[in-house]
Amino acid sequence: MAEMWINMGPQHPMTHGLWNLRIKVDGETIVDAEPVVGYLHRGIEKLAEARTYTQVIPITDRLCYGASLAWSHLYCTAAEDLMGVEVPERAEYLRVAALEMQRIASHLMWLAAYAADLGAMIGFIYSMRDREVFIDLLQALTGSRITYNYPRIGGVAHDAPPDFARDSLRACDYMEKKLKEYEDLYEGSKVFMLRNEGVGILSKEDAMNLGITGPSLRGSGVKCDVRKDMPYSVYPEMDFEAASHPDGDCYSRYRVRMDEMYQSCKIIRQAVTKMPAGKWRVVAPRNGPVGTGIGRVEDPRGEGMMYIVGDGTDRPYRLKIRSPIFVSVSAAPKLLVGYKVADVVAIMGGLDMCIGETDR
Amino acid sequence: MNLYTFCYGLIHWLVDLVNNLWFWLGGHLPGALGGFFTWAGDLAKSDLNISFFAILLEVLIMVIIALINVLNFIWIDRKWMGRMFDFYGPYYVGYRIGGWLQNLADGIKLFVKEIIVPKKADRLGFLLGPVIFVASSVAALSTIQFSPQFGVLTSGVDTGVPAGVLIAFAFFAIAPFSILVTGWSSNNKFTLIGGLRSAAQMMSYEIPMLLVVASVFLLSGSFSFVGVVGAQHSVWFFIPLFIGFLVFLTCIVAEVEIQPFDLAEAEAELVEGWTTELPGFRFGLFMMTSYMRGYIGGALVVTLFLGGWQGPSLIPAELWFLIKAYLVFLVIEWMRWSNMRVRIDQLLNIGWKRLMPLAVINLLIAVALKTMGWF
Repeated sequence: MAEMWINMGPQHPMTHGLWNLRIKVDGETIVDAEPVVGYLHRGIEKLAEARTYTQVIPITDRLCYGASLAWSHLYCTAAEDLMGVEVPERAEYLRVAALEMQRIASHLMWLAAYAADLGAMIGFIYSMRDREVFIDLLQALTGSRITYNYPRIGGVAHDAPPDFARDSLRACDYMEKKLKEYEDLYEGSKVFMLRNEGVGILSKEDAMNLGITGPSLRGSGVKCDVRKDMPYSVYPEMDFEAASHPDGDCYSRYRVRMDEMYQSCKIIRQAVTKMPAGKWRVVAPRNGPVGTGIGRVEDPRGEGMMYIVGDGTDRPYRLKIRSPIFVSVSAAPKLLVGYKVADVVAIMGGLDMCIGETDR
Repeated sequence: MNLYTFCYGLIHWLVDLVNNLWFWLGGHLPGALGGFFTWAGDLAKSDLNISFFAILLEVLIMVIIALINVLNFIWIDRKWMGRMFDFYGPYYVGYRIGGWLQNLADGIKLFVKEIIVPKKADRLGFLLGPVIFVASSVAALSTIQFSPQFGVLTSGVDTGVPAGVLIAFAFFAIAPFSILVTGWSSNNKFTLIGGLRSAAQMMSYEIPMLLVVASVFLLSGSFSFVGVVGAQHSVWFFIPLFIGFLVFLTCIVAEVEIQPFDLAEAEAELVEGWTTELPGFRFGLFMMTSYMRGYIGGALVVTLFLGGWQGPSLIPAELWFLIKAYLVFLVIEWMRWSNMRVRIDQLLNIGWKRLMPLAVINLLIAVALKTMGWF
């Protein structure tokens, strides 16, 4: 059969967002692939230049629908670095608890989409149901469900509601029980293992050379986690491990994300029990200094980085966002060539695509 | 009395009723015109004509029963899926009967949609493909027999249609051809891949399935529904031929193209597979027919392995048959909603490397049982 190009996207069930994956197939085998991004470009970096430092926070929430809190937190750390603001300890603990809840919610959404991609609608429904627990907690904490607008430069917007610690501990217990259930559902299924083991293999060297970060990199056996390597916030005081798995295939990336959810439960428990009393916010100056600020965090999808240049006014002169998925998606040809058309959903789904942050 | 004699009597009565007019006209009109009406009346009265229409009536009855069953199946499928997925399933349309009318509402919605043929599609293939799919499935449906008395019979004797099971499989196997035609003629890359997948799937799963069917024929010594079910009087075939039962169930799932093996319409990578370009009610017919094929598959499993209409005489034989077919359908749906989709090369591997040897082993077991004289 002659080779042909297939456009998977911009409107295609595989894409989870608005991007285009062009693949060249020979029958069912992929011989070439080319990701095309840019359909969702909103100019967030440019928008930030026209807003005051505080007004940028809600915009950075819109970077990723799955993990908006991680991005607004990243912006706040970068701005605090620029202004030299010390964050109160209670705010750091609140941030860490919220971030890890966001990580679980994001990974559960990934799991839902991944299961639906592989054909198991049951996984989609179950994951979305249990994601609701953490979304409810975040709603109690921040007041909204997707775009939280919670961190502030110099702390967080509100204190925790009453009984927040109790509810969080219960949610963690519930989640650990449900994670075991998911493991039974997926790893007990022969079909799931057939579709995942040995598919989309990314060697350690390739992963590092391509600049992939986050669970996809740790799935290739590299123990690289910004929370461990360049600790920020109160992560040094938390007892947890950076999950990694050596195989470098889709199953390995799945396993890393499942392990991360266990670790996140562990971190939430520590954060809400160790949380000290006190102030949760300090007043940050309205005008930033002349200089630069940088923030690096472990986003649920990889390493997010923001770089702010201040010019002494109340608006950032320049905001540069480094998106992990923008780098990961460029690995598509490396990952896809040689596999079947049906593996596209497993491989690209396994990277946990989020187009909001890719196109910015 | 069986269905055939009932239909024959009904048609005969109708023909006699109308013939009164023809013969009255023949007696009163002069010359050639009167002769024509007498000839028409004689023709209508002939045994060939009456049995032809009696069989048509039987087919109609069976299809109506099947359509009601299909509506039930879709409803059961949605409810069952809902319970597995932690939600209610349809309940709003037809609130007092558990949302049963939702299917009709969906059907009406699809029915009023415009039929669009893509500009560069091959018109003949695109329009004919669905017709072949539905027609062959309905034809396969009409061979199913609920009991010796109830089914599309051709005589008043309760032996059923000779080679009825073979005819059912012959009709059943036409559908992938129409899928290929539809997929190819839609002029869309996704439908093309879906159609080709379906063809590959048919080729690799038809053979083990028919080998298993051959083992059943060997044990029962008959090709007809009545013969196959009658041979299971003492023991149902799924006990001696357990391997064959599992192989057959797997193959039926693959032939009906539902979840673990629904590669031809894998919605994640192929949008909607070979049905991507289908408009309105053509898509609705495809959906309905795929459930109908699930029903035929369940009925064939029941006939070949689960003793057909046999059961304690507390419940009529026809109901026994339906209950068993529904149970098989539930098991298939259970598999469907808790499994993921296999990949095309894995599908072919399962077909050729696993099911094929198992089917041959099953055939050898059947031969051994027959040689020992146990069946």
